[in-house]
Amino acid sequence: MDRWRLAMGEGGTALDAGPLVLIADTAHGPRIEAVNRAGSAAGARKGMMLADARTLCPEIATAPSDPAGDLAFLEHLAVWAQRWGPWSALDAPDGLLVDVTAVPHLFGGEERLLADVYEAFARRKLAVRAALAPTAGAAWALAHYGPAGAIVEGETAIERALSDLPVAALRLDQDVLTVLRRLGLKRLGEISVIGRDAIQRRFRNRKSPAANPLIRLDQLLGRVPEPLLPVVPQQMPLVQRRLLEPIRHRQLLDQVVADLAEDMARELEGQGKGARRLELGLWRVDGEVVVRRLEMAAATRDPAHMLRLFAARLDDIDAGFGIEMLRLRASWAEPLALAQGDIEAAAESHGTSLAACVDRLTVRLGPRAVSRPVPFASHIPERAQRWQPPLEPEPASQGQLAFHARPLKLLDSPERIAVLYATPDGYPQRFRWRGEVHEVARVEGPERIAPEWWRERGGARLRDYYRIEDGEGRRYWIYRLGIIGDGRGGAPDWYLQGLCA
Amino acid sequence: MSKPDLSSLPSVAFEDVAALSARRSARWRPGLAQSEGLALHNEVFSSSRDGAGAAAALALALDDWRNRPLDSASEQQDLRSVLWVQTREAARRTGRPYRAGLPEELQARLIHVLAEKAEDALFALEEGLRCRDLAFVVGEIAGNPKPLDFTASRRLTLASEKHGVPLFLVRIDAARDLSAARMRWEVASVASPQPRWNAQAPGAPRWRGELFRARAHAPGEWVLGEEQDSLTASKAWRDTDDAVANWTAGLRQRYPRRRA
Repeated sequence: MDRWRLAMGEGGTALDAGPLVLIADTAHGPRIEAVNRAGSAAGARKGMMLADARTLCPEIATAPSDPAGDLAFLEHLAVWAQRWGPWSALDAPDGLLVDVTAVPHLFGGEERLLADVYEAFARRKLAVRAALAPTAGAAWALAHYGPAGAIVEGETAIERALSDLPVAALRLDQDVLTVLRRLGLKRLGEISVIGRDAIQRRFRNRKSPAANPLIRLDQLLGRVPEPLLPVVPQQMPLVQRRLLEPIRHRQLLDQVVADLAEDMARELEGQGKGARRLELGLWRVDGEVVVRRLEMAAATRDPAHMLRLFAARLDDIDAGFGIEMLRLRASWAEPLALAQGDIEAAAESHGTSLAACVDRLTVRLGPRAVSRPVPFASHIPERAQRWQPPLEPEPASQGQLAFHARPLKLLDSPERIAVLYATPDGYPQRFRWRGEVHEVARVEGPERIAPEWWRERGGARLRDYYRIEDGEGRRYWIYRLGIIGDGRGGAPDWYLQGLCA
Repeated sequence: MSKPDLSSLPSVAFEDVAALSARRSARWRPGLAQSEGLALHNEVFSSSRDGAGAAAALALALDDWRNRPLDSASEQQDLRSVLWVQTREAARRTGRPYRAGLPEELQARLIHVLAEKAEDALFALEEGLRCRDLAFVVGEIAGNPKPLDFTASRRLTLASEKHGVPLFLVRIDAARDLSAARMRWEVASVASPQPRWNAQAPGAPRWRGELFRARAHAPGEWVLGEEQDSLTASKAWRDTDDAVANWTAGLRQRYPRRRA
């Protein structure tokens, strides 16, 4: 709600005076995601259907909610909240956990720390409820259901301080809360009264913490560790140059890009990373932005390599009235160990590395031109091989059983051959392929490959493969599509699919 | 290479042992890489009607590769990749490499490049030759495209010699044009030997290879074959002793050998 108010500015303030709800569309119609104070007074609640709220308060105003934006905002807030502690974690959709172990004395004690939190959020015009406790679960419970600004000191005090809170403070799923309510358990203190064994029996097959009140209770009391996922801000390496005089010539552009590449290499080296994807943005004087994107096969931070790859991509740039700003961004970076400079320089004179070679090829020929054949689980020969980028790890596959010889090369699509004379056994004795007649001298087969019935249509025909050698010693791999009388079409055709060594 | 004038040579030169050994060493034979180093720039001419060109190129390359001179520094297993460059036209005529049919040691190491034009294929070949992480480079170019002239092939030779990466360029349906290649073969399929168990089946591949131009060897014809993962070259198709004699004589007279 607060975020929406901030985003709307002046116009939002006027709307906010009356009852207002943020809605999300569901299968059963719009549902209320957040309510402002006036709306809350009018009876609208979070999770209510909008139609129900309208009956209570017909003049209610609506605005769409933005869960993705909320999450992004929460992430920013989590990084900002690290001013109170070394690390923070998200508690989606609307909570933050900050570890302030051994920190409060820097702010002058726990009370002063919480006061600082309230003050900082008020300055950002955000409503907040904060609490301080030895465990994350206890802090969550106090912040959601306890008195405002509650502070619990020491592990022993938790049980006493929290015994009055409702069981919903345990962060349980709704169905578990219903079970507990039916059991008559309303307060945290009552759970410890009823005895551990009874609850253990009731929930013995619930393993997830959100479904088992005992695990949650132990987490709350600090008897079971509760790992949290900290938010670590990631800085995208970015360098840019603003130019005093717009550049219009390729030579100057190359110089500036070279400078940028040097800066980027230094930036990446400082972070111990190498770039996998680079984006070069060129801002023109007339407001146009030209973006050139590069992807590398392996992480690199060699400025000469980057420059060389970009050089091929800068040919078709229209400078217009000139380019006044360039920005180089590594939007995908991977850790890359620091390497000793001299050894690498010596290796350079002995040739390029494979990754650099693949990069140069893909930049000029396109990413699809460079590939590696990998096996694929299929019996159909042309499906049994797939192409993938050359430096990707090979997918796991079953070992090939070498029962049958396979041809060295496979034609892009099987070519139909005209059988001029067939032997009584059924394979061709003489056939015509690409306008020339071949006499079959030797033959091995058939190797029958059935169609993949789980994938193909019912009318797909089987193939009988023959490995043949013609009178001049040329070896081919041919097949007959279907057999006579299989009821899937007329007389079977013959195709030539592969050239053997 | 013009035919040298034999009459000006002393006839004794053909009898002495040095000449005999020179004659023997002048012949190409499988496994030669062990003593003479890798053959760096090779061209293999073949027709698009069979797979002999690519198969023979791979066999020659693998033969060199298995018999390469090993220095003590490179004791560990060599797992470098192999680059196979095809123009689209070559791929259309003779198909693309099929992993299951490749020699076993190459199956996991092949990187395939499909180039639209001959210029792109030549660029890819040259980049491959400059790469230290490649065992060898195989190229397939159909016909006699204009960009593949003597200058281009000379460029490839120089790149190959500078970085020591062998190149086997398969020329599909091509005329024997000018080229700087160190060895030039013409290859066609011949009938295979009978396999042991099934006399009706095609056997291990065999090709007739004619070495028609080579810098360090006499020209000649062989029946090349592959048996148990090694290249065999049996009976010369034609008796080429005369050619060898003439050739060595010419060599000694006109091109004094600078280095082994």
